[in-house]
Amino acid sequence: MGAQLRVYRQKIKSAQTTKKITRAMELISASRIAKAQQRVAASAPYSRAVTRAVSAVATYSTVAHPLTTTPEKIERAAVVIFTSDRGLAGAFSSNVLKEADQLTALLKEQGKDVVYYLVGRKAVGNFSFRRRTAVRNWIGGTDLPQFDTAKEVADAVVAAFNTEASEGGVDEIHLVYNRFLSMIAQVPEVVRLLPLEIVEGEEAPASNEVFPLYEFEPDVTKVLDALLPVYIESRIYNAMLQSAASEHAARQKAMKSATDNADKLIKNYTRLSNAARQSEITQQISEIVGGADALATSDED
Amino acid sequence: MATLRVDLVAADRAVWSGEAKMVIAKTVEGEIGLLPGHEPILAILAEGEVRITLEDGTGVKANATDGFLSMEHDVVTIVARHAELV
Repeated sequence: MGAQLRVYRQKIKSAQTTKKITRAMELISASRIAKAQQRVAASAPYSRAVTRAVSAVATYSTVAHPLTTTPEKIERAAVVIFTSDRGLAGAFSSNVLKEADQLTALLKEQGKDVVYYLVGRKAVGNFSFRRRTAVRNWIGGTDLPQFDTAKEVADAVVAAFNTEASEGGVDEIHLVYNRFLSMIAQVPEVVRLLPLEIVEGEEAPASNEVFPLYEFEPDVTKVLDALLPVYIESRIYNAMLQSAASEHAARQKAMKSATDNADKLIKNYTRLSNAARQSEITQQISEIVGGADALATSDED
Repeated sequence: MATLRVDLVAADRAVWSGEAKMVIAKTVEGEIGLLPGHEPILAILAEGEVRITLEDGTGVKANATDGFLSMEHDVVTIVARHAELV
């Protein structure tokens, strides 16, 4: 066998092995998307109920509380970045990190300090590579987020929010994560969590209707104090679930195109190896014919 | 007769929802009973049992910890980090 032919056969074999791996990863991700989407859907009633309650308090009470008021001067902002633990998911993690960079530039322009909270090994790796520091990071379990992890993250940022800026606390909390739009579209999204920006599901009463006056038990401040961490938790948990679903979808897409690429490589190398084999045969035939010719002419002499 | 729309949700799923006649829950101030037409309320739940009486008189019981209860326009929402039917 010619040396060239052997090289092509080797390349075909390696492309086939790669294809098997990427195909398997594609199928695994595909089966996990459905589960991740179900988890997003299952957590929706909770976050809807919490958001409704928060908007009710914010709309119908006039009490000054950190949840509802914006401080005059914002010194420091916390940015929570949600990436994946593992790679091979296309631009999944780098999109979020790029978005976080843009947000950082914007916040710095407004004269704010920025501190980071990282979720996912990819973010941690990126930060240590660029020699940037983060306040805290969480590694592991980004493909199957647990509520307890969300609670831990929430506790950390709420504690920072409740600390005075002069003592290292933050006045603003932003989340940067991949939002799951569909199997083929996931967009990085920035959400300002605190102070409250958008109040979803707010129902303005009709002009002739009386404002529903909420009764708070035990009192409005205590209810807000209890509601604040719950709200943050549910938003962070939602971001983690969205990010997990997006991760699986991004990985499935990346692995699908890797499989397609391997197919193309195999096809091209097969063509090349066929041509090599054919030219080898042609050469051998012409050698035989040439040899026979030489013998025949020498016999005649 | 008017009925209450009740939603009982935990952090990771909806536990129970349906129509009911009365809801009794334990808040940090003590037990509270809610009937249709109650004024809007937002209360912090204490650890304990939530009892929901259905229209046909049968009851549904659930354990709810770490959450709150809200009611407006005859819609009762019980939100808890951990909740399960018993």
